[in-house]
Amino acid sequence: MSMHGPVATHRSATGVPTGRLAVWWLMASEIFIFGGLVACFILFKLNGTPGFEDASLTSLTAGAVNTFVLLTSSLSVVMAHAAIEKGDRDKSFLYIWYTIGGGFVFLGIKAYEYTGKIIHGHVITENLFWSFYYTMTGLHALHVIGGMVIMALISFDIRKGHNYQRVELIGIYWHFVDLIWIFLFPLLYIANF
Amino acid sequence: MSEAYAHPNYVKIWIWLLVLLGLSVSGPMLEIPTLTIITAFGIAVVKAFLVAANFMHLKFEKKIIWFLLIMCFCMLGVFFFGVAPDIMMTEGDQWIDCIADKSCVEQRL
Amino acid sequence: MSQATAAIQTDTHAEHHEELNFLHKYILPVDHKVIAMQYIFTGLIMAIIGGYFAYAFRMQLAFPGELVPFYGLVGPGEYNMLVTNHGTIMIFWVAMPVLIAGFGNFLIPLMIGCDDMVFPRLNRLSYQIFLVSALVLIASFFVTGGGFGGAWTAYPPLSSVAEYSLTDWGASLWILAVALEFVSFLLGGINFVTTAMNARAPGMKMWDIPIAVWFIVIAVILFMASVGPLIAGSVMLFMDQRIGTSFFLPSGGGDPLLWQHLFWFFGHPEVYVVLLPTLGIVADIITVFSRKKLFGYKTVIYTAFATGGLSFVVWAHHQFIAGIDPRMANVFVVTTVLISIPLAEMMFSYIATLYGGSIELKTPMLWALSFIAAFLIGGVTGIYLGASAVDVYLHDSYFVLAHFHYTFFPITIIGMFAALTFWFPKMFGRMMNETLGKIHFWGTFIPFNCIFLPLFFLGLAGQHRRIYNYNHFPDLATQELQNIRIFATVSLVVMLCFQLVFVYNFFVSMFKGEKAPENPWNANTLEWSIPSPPPHGNFKTLPTVYRGPYEYSVPGREMDYWPQHVPPEES
Repeated sequence: MSMHGPVATHRSATGVPTGRLAVWWLMASEIFIFGGLVACFILFKLNGTPGFEDASLTSLTAGAVNTFVLLTSSLSVVMAHAAIEKGDRDKSFLYIWYTIGGGFVFLGIKAYEYTGKIIHGHVITENLFWSFYYTMTGLHALHVIGGMVIMALISFDIRKGHNYQRVELIGIYWHFVDLIWIFLFPLLYIANF
Repeated sequence: MSEAYAHPNYVKIWIWLLVLLGLSVSGPMLEIPTLTIITAFGIAVVKAFLVAANFMHLKFEKKIIWFLLIMCFCMLGVFFFGVAPDIMMTEGDQWIDCIADKSCVEQRL
Repeated sequence: MSQATAAIQTDTHAEHHEELNFLHKYILPVDHKVIAMQYIFTGLIMAIIGGYFAYAFRMQLAFPGELVPFYGLVGPGEYNMLVTNHGTIMIFWVAMPVLIAGFGNFLIPLMIGCDDMVFPRLNRLSYQIFLVSALVLIASFFVTGGGFGGAWTAYPPLSSVAEYSLTDWGASLWILAVALEFVSFLLGGINFVTTAMNARAPGMKMWDIPIAVWFIVIAVILFMASVGPLIAGSVMLFMDQRIGTSFFLPSGGGDPLLWQHLFWFFGHPEVYVVLLPTLGIVADIITVFSRKKLFGYKTVIYTAFATGGLSFVVWAHHQFIAGIDPRMANVFVVTTVLISIPLAEMMFSYIATLYGGSIELKTPMLWALSFIAAFLIGGVTGIYLGASAVDVYLHDSYFVLAHFHYTFFPITIIGMFAALTFWFPKMFGRMMNETLGKIHFWGTFIPFNCIFLPLFFLGLAGQHRRIYNYNHFPDLATQELQNIRIFATVSLVVMLCFQLVFVYNFFVSMFKGEKAPENPWNANTLEWSIPSPPPHGNFKTLPTVYRGPYEYSVPGREMDYWPQHVPPEES
């Protein structure tokens, strides 16, 4: 691992490495963004706002397959971290690209789902449920895309031998994206009453 | 490089996660709403905990990170319960209707 | 992609060169001090715009329907745009960048003894996003329909339906600018917190950190914990405006009250987000100029924690008459009144610090003392408003407005001048002119009171805020009330004129002032142990800390101060 940047970056008064501490703070702020959105959704749902029964129209199969894809990609990114800790760059590189592949499959299924819904007239303005559906899954999908881009950058970086610790950091982020989906899945696909 | 710690068996965790996913998908098939809520959201919490503790290595993390995350959920709880009376319940909306009737007001208090 | 990586690599290596070219030093800096200057100067320029807006709408209120010199005629829509953007600019583009981002960037690495922020390039990115947000906001004034005029709180449906607000794109650009600004401060905030947590000098324990750093960090944490729901909310509002969803529109099943909750869940902690840095700066200044240890260092920090915690459970006191559940109003009255306890305790600590000290009335000290005096008035009038019964009458009157300005003017303007005059020698290596500084101080502080004290009486007389022309209201159109309005406006113009003294003093001192020594105020904290201005990399050898930041007038020592980095055996 190369040492560059200011001395400040390499200090660790808390005992948590600086990069990881910052990623946890980022996760904390993301919890509030998604948490706020999910809280609004639950408030409207429990209020019995008309339109929320449309949750039965979402495809449970597509949601379940997507959960499976994300869980598996989480496994591969943590394997990438385990590999890079042993210094195995090529294996880590491969696992990162499996993860990115998982992201593509996820987005593909998502796009297929969106298309089906829009063809059936369930557009974002139809009612409050669909507004929340597209906003929440859309924001989540943006996080998936962002994670994929950063992962691709990191994969080339580690192949050159730089910044191994970043594999763990992007891993934490990716698991977090996975976690959000774990909660969106029952909210949008299962709880249809 | 971060400090070394024993890696959990990731594949085993992954299999557990898939089993839980299967359970939460099959939950609604029993068609008991209460049970569905438990299988859907209870299992989501368990899954989230498994991912956070093992994949995100929260098991090995310093306490300060735990404080940080617990603080987040407390604040979200404050937000939810502070807003709930207005958005989720409707009794407050009818408050004005019974201002003339004292017993009605007392009942609502 | 590999090209991008290569670009990042070269960029990193550039940090090691001592001599940077102009582009890398001032346009794309990674040095925290230069980024701090960028924030401060951007904030000051925005303050000029915000002050100009205040001038225009105050002139309209004092002389309704007449041509305003240097502005022209203020129409009703334009009036709304001016008050909305005055509020937005002063809070989000002046208070936040100058106090938190500007002084946070400048002070945190210097005060905790390290060479830079932990993520210098993230720091630069957060400034660049901030600059874009400022440009988007300025652009919103020039689109068809003009800038957004639905008040800085942007309540829907006024803000979400173009037919109501009459500012189709103005409203959308406004919410976009605000959202970008939040993202910028989230990134900056992560950097600040991580730096203060991890990059402290060896020997600096938790209770050796100067109050200014403590409070900036607590403020950042409050910001990060409160802004998330509003970021989600601003996405929802933007979609209501542009896509036609109805998150906040009752016609489509949404709820306008939800926006108010999302906004004030952020909006109330936001008051403390900007208040805490100023309180920290004031604590540092009063200890230096009264040559005494801060009274109850730990108590002050605990009160800040208490204030921060309580600030999350008071937000609905802004909505007492908005139709919220009356049972919740009970709860929020209690919490609102409770929050004055830790703040009062903090004020008493500051006053106890002054007691028995050898007080030197230098310009920064004058600002710090005036902050305490003015903020007390703001705080005490807040207690009236926190009681829901009184609030039913006073809500949205000029009483609220005067209360608000008695808190925010001390926080933003007085706090900013206190910090600028105190750290000016460290920032630019020159001393400011004391006489001009004092003229500027009195020329700002006296007119400030003349502007806002009369507004309390106008509010009690029933004057509602956000009204374009009071001549349309027979009860409010009396000559007596109009005289008060004219007095407030004239005071404002006087105050704005005195700012020219500051501008003159600032620039003349920056280039021609007396050279500043390392430690002109004989202060203890680490930033005074290095040359003024500090070189790239700050410290020649990174310091070790031996004691707390407020060891003034320690008995048995020859000097009345004891810098943090001086080893004990040297004494």
